[in-house]
Amino acid sequence: MSTEATPQQDPQSTVAKKPRRRLLTTTGVGLVMVGLTVLIAVLSPWLTPYSATATNAHIALMGPSAEHWLGTDQYGRDVLTRTLEGGRYALLVAFLSTTIAVVIGTLIGAVAAYAEGWLDEIISRVMDAVLSVPAVLAMLLIVTVFGQGLWVIVLAVAVVYVPAVARVVRGAARPVANSGYVTAARARGERGLPIIIREILPNVRDTVMVEFAMRASWVILLVSTLSFLGFGANPPTPDWGLMVEENRTALTVAPLGTVAPIVSLAILVVGVNLAADGLAKRMGVDRAARAAG
Amino acid sequence: MATFILRRLLTGLVTLLIASFLVYFATAALPGDVAQQLLGQDATEEAVAAMREELGIEQSVWLGYLSWLGGIITGDFGTSLVSQEPVSEIVFGAFGNTLLIAVPAILIGVVLSVLLGVIAAVRRGRAADSGISVGTLVAMSIPEFVIATLLVLIFAIALPVFPAVVLSGSEATLGELLPAIWLPIITLVLAMAAYIVRATRSSTIDMMAGEFARTAELKGLRRRQVLTRHVVPNALLPVLPVIAINIAWLMGGVVVVESIFNYPGMGALMIESVSTRDLPVLQAIAIITAVVYVLANLAADLLSMIIDPRQRRTSGTVSAKTTEEAA
Repeated sequence: MSTEATPQQDPQSTVAKKPRRRLLTTTGVGLVMVGLTVLIAVLSPWLTPYSATATNAHIALMGPSAEHWLGTDQYGRDVLTRTLEGGRYALLVAFLSTTIAVVIGTLIGAVAAYAEGWLDEIISRVMDAVLSVPAVLAMLLIVTVFGQGLWVIVLAVAVVYVPAVARVVRGAARPVANSGYVTAARARGERGLPIIIREILPNVRDTVMVEFAMRASWVILLVSTLSFLGFGANPPTPDWGLMVEENRTALTVAPLGTVAPIVSLAILVVGVNLAADGLAKRMGVDRAARAAG
Repeated sequence: MATFILRRLLTGLVTLLIASFLVYFATAALPGDVAQQLLGQDATEEAVAAMREELGIEQSVWLGYLSWLGGIITGDFGTSLVSQEPVSEIVFGAFGNTLLIAVPAILIGVVLSVLLGVIAAVRRGRAADSGISVGTLVAMSIPEFVIATLLVLIFAIALPVFPAVVLSGSEATLGELLPAIWLPIITLVLAMAAYIVRATRSSTIDMMAGEFARTAELKGLRRRQVLTRHVVPNALLPVLPVIAINIAWLMGGVVVVESIFNYPGMGALMIESVSTRDLPVLQAIAIITAVVYVLANLAADLLSMIIDPRQRRTSGTVSAKTTEEAA
């Protein structure tokens, strides 16, 4: 399927210039949103005078005030402090597991595309089987057995998303694997692995970059969902998903405790998605058609 | 055509077989002693031995897998470690309740998403398109638990139209469940819509630029007729796999939605079984969702053969290609 940028809609002159500048800003806005979130998460301990975990029953569930701009939660913890620090866990896990998933998935996808035949068939069936259990369910299964340590979550999330990445990369690498220069390399007597590394991988780089951005948004959502369900970040860690779960019972009394983490999470993921959209358009990868991966 | 259907059925079965293998070995053949893990550090040795027997891991892992698989084929998923009741009874009861929110959500979600996608494509670049784009961007950026929490805030607390939770738990009757299904359904619809809308929009735009749409227009058909008779049916083909995968994902969304609304379905059962470490129940749920995934994909393939006569003749090559590309 082609991209939606069909030249016949607009006069040639504007096609060449205008969309490019606009797309740059889409990616730019997205990256700024993500960058700010990361910056705040890193600097958070120095941004407010309060501790994110110290409790104080005397000031539980207070509204916004000069001391506590976003009020306090049921344990008297400062909501602003917890919200500023609340992205750390999700960002760390998302960064690590997305990187692992994309690296492994890309390799598997490239090997499958190059190998064809029975190896390709086996890889495809196994990937399909992993995909057939929804991410949340697979995570719950793994957490039940292995516990919810940081590295368990990181690796489990990576494993859950490897098949999707592999599938997409395989699709993009297929035409490359059948191209003249790969045949030429094979004729020169080069072996499989060097061909995959030198000829195939550089040519699917755009796809892989878009894939990273796209998976990152899903991984952040998955990690937050896990924390919300009580199987991700452990209390009293400040984490947006966990905060929503802790504070939603007091939704009517102190709504900011729930709304603040929701808004922060939305800003981060909208930012990642904008960046992914911008990248996809600029590199001519049709993101919408890939949603099935 | 028959060969193609047969081949797809076989691939589906192989996928299920591998999935069952992964599920069993991820849970039952772990490094370390599952029975010990399940019971905790201070369990007595007799208790651990009894648990091993219960899980069927006293025998070799392979035999355990085969007898477990054999049980599944005959509809026997084993016995719950917690309630000591047959797993199939517990799980299928909950699955029925889940279908009560999942089926309407799928029907509403698919129709609405395709409609919005076509509208966005037709109104490309105008206000309606921009509005829909922003809407899908937001919808794909917030998780189900946020949608559900906000819906509770709006419709159960601010304007008390719907109940926020089901109070009667797993013994709820249909009459008690009916008023409570609406917020879960809306949540699931919003959660699944975004990607279908996007895929429909992009493929409709592609098709509108196609030669056959131009021909239809030039031979004097009205715009609406060109759209409904020529463009949309063709545009749907690449959207079908997206719909299929979203239906499969819905089973994941169900976990969140049911635990928030305290709805007695399979998702809530899953959360409960995780906290009680009821492995046989978890395994059964994982297998059922894998079956849903395979069936949804199979249905998408068959439907695309019905829509697109080309795929009937070539015994599968065209379809195999389109599904692969879209996936």
